[in-house]
Amino acid sequence: MIPTGFSYHRPADLASAVGLLQAHGDEARVIAGGHSLIPMMKLRMADLSHLVDLQDIADLKGIEITDDTVTIGAMVTQHELIDSDALAAAIPLIREAALQIADPQVRYMGTLGGNVANGDPGNDMPGLMQCLGATYALSGPDGGREVAARSFYEAAYFTAREDEEILTRVTIPRPAGGTGYAYEKQKRKIGDYATAAAAVLIRMDGGACAEASIAMTNLADTPVWAEDAAAALVGTTVDDAARKAAIETAVAAIDPVTDNRGPVEFKQHVAGVILGRAIDRALERAS
Amino acid sequence: MSKLHVKMTINGQEVEGFAEPRTLLIHFLREELGITGPHIGCETSHCGACTVDMDGRSVKSCTLFVGQADGADITTVEGLTNADGSLGVIQEMFREHHGLQCGFCTPGMITRAHRLLQENPDPSEEDIRFGMSGNLCRCTGYQNIVKAIRASADTLNAVKEAAE
Repeated sequence: MIPTGFSYHRPADLASAVGLLQAHGDEARVIAGGHSLIPMMKLRMADLSHLVDLQDIADLKGIEITDDTVTIGAMVTQHELIDSDALAAAIPLIREAALQIADPQVRYMGTLGGNVANGDPGNDMPGLMQCLGATYALSGPDGGREVAARSFYEAAYFTAREDEEILTRVTIPRPAGGTGYAYEKQKRKIGDYATAAAAVLIRMDGGACAEASIAMTNLADTPVWAEDAAAALVGTTVDDAARKAAIETAVAAIDPVTDNRGPVEFKQHVAGVILGRAIDRALERAS
Repeated sequence: MSKLHVKMTINGQEVEGFAEPRTLLIHFLREELGITGPHIGCETSHCGACTVDMDGRSVKSCTLFVGQADGADITTVEGLTNADGSLGVIQEMFREHHGLQCGFCTPGMITRAHRLLQENPDPSEEDIRFGMSGNLCRCTGYQNIVKAIRASADTLNAVKEAAE
């Protein structure tokens, strides 16, 4: 369980970190909390010669909340997301989801940036950020650019981020007041990835659903933002028929594989149940 | 690969040493410094036996490179005894309530319980079970671990009240 040797770097600012990535190309990897990367290095499935630790870079920290948006630094940990009462007041869905990630020790180290940038379909934050319509800021040798979470994920571990870019911040539009929310996750035990998970936002207006967003986790090789499933709720009272239509549409949009969490049919079934629960709870909370 | 020169504060004492960058914190603590309280259980971030307190966070020292801990303030189970070397409150409560059988997971349990009680001095049973969910015990069934932590909370709160 000892990784192969590497050189350790701890740059003080973003430009130096990007410089190290430029200098060493695909021999270099950044490390945030390291709770995905270090296990992979120990198994010798991740091979690198230069490890670039981002912990000293002040630009990657902090949570900023304005009337319209929340901006979270890539190095903000899951524990800090849970611990922030201001964030829980602005977007309660984030605390609800973060509490379902891994275990306490992992949440003290695991970061939002690492979780969204890694591209592991098992990670919870990518689907959550797609549900919320977040945008990722990337910094590279040619400056910065922004990519929507909904178009960031290409395949398992493949994202729109280039090798020499670092994901620096996540910006999330604040859902309108009274928007109902839920993150439901089925897992075999604490610390496991989801068998199926669903993030749901529902805004009601005059008894009808005015706006909805649905995303599913660990049910395809990328998170699945189920646009058509959410559309099946809009304009309805979210009655049984609309709920059923949304679930059927979402289950048709996922593409799970058989693994030690169960066969495809089981995952489709669990996905439907979990999404149903998330819709019900989001609706209950909508006002 | 050249060795890293690292410095950290462990249980109130400044220490320094040289280590290959690929050295995990748990190996640095146990093999380089001889601090053998933190145990290696699974070495895969699951069991929590290697838990130490680092800058106010409970972390699994098997999933941290030594360089990441350079400059950090670390407490291990050894650092939770009283100044005279007698058992600290949480350690004493684990003894009194039989919060261990084989004892292998205990250093991680106690170190994690310490941080949990710093953050939540009056936890419910559910808070304790959720807060301890990163630590596995294969002997006790957890019942007495939960009791020991709840009793630690009562004792620590009584001490705090008496001091006020």
